[in-house]
Amino acid sequence: MFKSIFDQYEWNEVKAGIYAKTSRDVEQALHHQRRSLDDFAALISPAAAPYLAQMAAISNTLTRQRFGNTMQLYIPMYLSNECQNICTYCGFSLDNKIKRKTLSPAEILMETAAIKEMGFDHVLLVTGEAHQQVGTDYFKKVLQLLRPHFSNISMEVQPMDEEDYRELTAEGLHAVLVYQETYHQDDYKKHHPKGRKSNFEYRLETPDRLGRAGIHKMGLGVLIGLEDWRTDSFFTALHLGYLEKTYWQTKYSISFPRLRPFSGGLTPKVVMTDRELVQLICAYRLLNQEVELSISTREEETFRDHIIHLGITAMSAASKTNPGGYVVDAQSLEQFEISDERSAAVIAEMLKGKGYEPVWKDWDPAFSGQ
Amino acid sequence: MEPLIIAGKQFSSRLFTGTGKFSSPDIMESALLASGSELVTVALKRVEMDNKADDMLQHLQHPQLNLLPNTSGVRTAKEAVYAAQLAREALETNWIKLEIHPDPRYLMPDPVETLLAATELVKLGFIVLPYVHADPVLCKRLEEVGTAAVMPLGSPIGSNKGLKTADFLEIIIAQSNIPVIVDAGIGAPSHAAQAMEMGASAVLVNTAIAVARNPVQMAVAFKAAVEAGRIAYEAGLPGSSQQAIASSPLIAFLDEA
Repeated sequence: MFKSIFDQYEWNEVKAGIYAKTSRDVEQALHHQRRSLDDFAALISPAAAPYLAQMAAISNTLTRQRFGNTMQLYIPMYLSNECQNICTYCGFSLDNKIKRKTLSPAEILMETAAIKEMGFDHVLLVTGEAHQQVGTDYFKKVLQLLRPHFSNISMEVQPMDEEDYRELTAEGLHAVLVYQETYHQDDYKKHHPKGRKSNFEYRLETPDRLGRAGIHKMGLGVLIGLEDWRTDSFFTALHLGYLEKTYWQTKYSISFPRLRPFSGGLTPKVVMTDRELVQLICAYRLLNQEVELSISTREEETFRDHIIHLGITAMSAASKTNPGGYVVDAQSLEQFEISDERSAAVIAEMLKGKGYEPVWKDWDPAFSGQ
Repeated sequence: MEPLIIAGKQFSSRLFTGTGKFSSPDIMESALLASGSELVTVALKRVEMDNKADDMLQHLQHPQLNLLPNTSGVRTAKEAVYAAQLAREALETNWIKLEIHPDPRYLMPDPVETLLAATELVKLGFIVLPYVHADPVLCKRLEEVGTAAVMPLGSPIGSNKGLKTADFLEIIIAQSNIPVIVDAGIGAPSHAAQAMEMGASAVLVNTAIAVARNPVQMAVAFKAAVEAGRIAYEAGLPGSSQQAIASSPLIAFLDEA
């Protein structure tokens, strides 16, 4: 279990180590063929800032060598905004007085039709954490409902038990995204004061449960803005390295959600600049040539258009972050504001214009489940 | 130099050695002692099991020399399990170097039989060190069934060709949670150093020492090479690059905002 490795690291020591990196450490890291976690620490450190152009060039080469000139496209479908957790940064938080909504099967199919119409074949199902309304049985039914319509179904919902993951994988679930939000235990407590999500350890061990359940792919990440992003990213990379070695048949992806404004929201403790996000993306690629790097519509148009070349391999497009957002109830409250509101067709054309093939289908249900 | 731990047992030498191909038991003994090796593999087929005064074993009676019986000669998992049980009986150790090479010509390890035998031997309580091709997936499968280490080959056994499998060894080392011991093909101290610099936990050398003009001197050379390679690995090798890393206009957009 990752916990036993995690416990060997102390946040403040890790942080001090990153901030103590020098240009010499960065240069060494740039020249290594295979880069270590220590190299990664150098590449995400302030000392690496002047080397960003070199990092970008290497990241571009490594990414194209591994993934070619392609970009995976996916779209989220928010199924529910019911939530029993209080999370200080989230629009769906229990203490946020909003109208609660969980899509019915008929509504899910309406949303599906709209999504398919845009050309998507990979859907990411999103909910809050509400075991009564959106528990394992609900997800099983949704997977059965959606399996004929999508070749790739991913989920970003509450952490579950190993057995739940096993059952959902058998129903055709391909990937699960579960972000630790922050690896800083005290801060985690502060931002998740109530609900099952306040259990740091259960969340920390979720990827282990996913791995044991034999999931095809899992996504990791932290919510950038809660804590020092460099230290949090170091822990994410540590987690990734452990998982790759342990659950070696699973594919991994990393996301970099930056805290966005939402109704009744929290001001980020730490603001990450565009330049720093580019540094982080490139650092991940230099550490790991194989990992998928994903960017959502939280980011702005210009930024998204440019980071395509810098290591990103998957992006969402035309997203709505409210249940029923595509047709059923377009006006309901969003989880967070999106910044890139361009249509899927426009994004696809933009990609082609930059010499990238938009990839809509990269999985087949025949490979999932029984 | 960090000590190496395999199945709870600590080794201060990362040079493992073999006992075959020496011109005499005396030379073997001198060479092994000179090598500093603490783990010595012995072919069960060479041991006279009824003879307590077996000549080879007599020359291995030193407290620092731990014996690692091997199953060389078997062709199937079933034969390997039987041989391991005989070895446990005869040499009073539950450590076993599992090697199954059905082809007598190139002595290529059989991955299918090796995985089957490893699974069974782990269940029977053996500390299993399987000799395999430098196959990263097979190494993960062996780790999963509970082997104490993996022993991928550097090049065909006895060939002295060095690390022809270097690219695959790197992957194995990068993703392994158990010690990786590079076995077979190491023909010169520089090969051993290369494996250690790469991050291998240990190397096993036999032919290169046994058939050297002066095996004792060669054992000393390997000892030094293994230590140098390991220390270099722990010290953190600087990378090398043919050309300067070109910067690019890819991030110019950051200045435009």
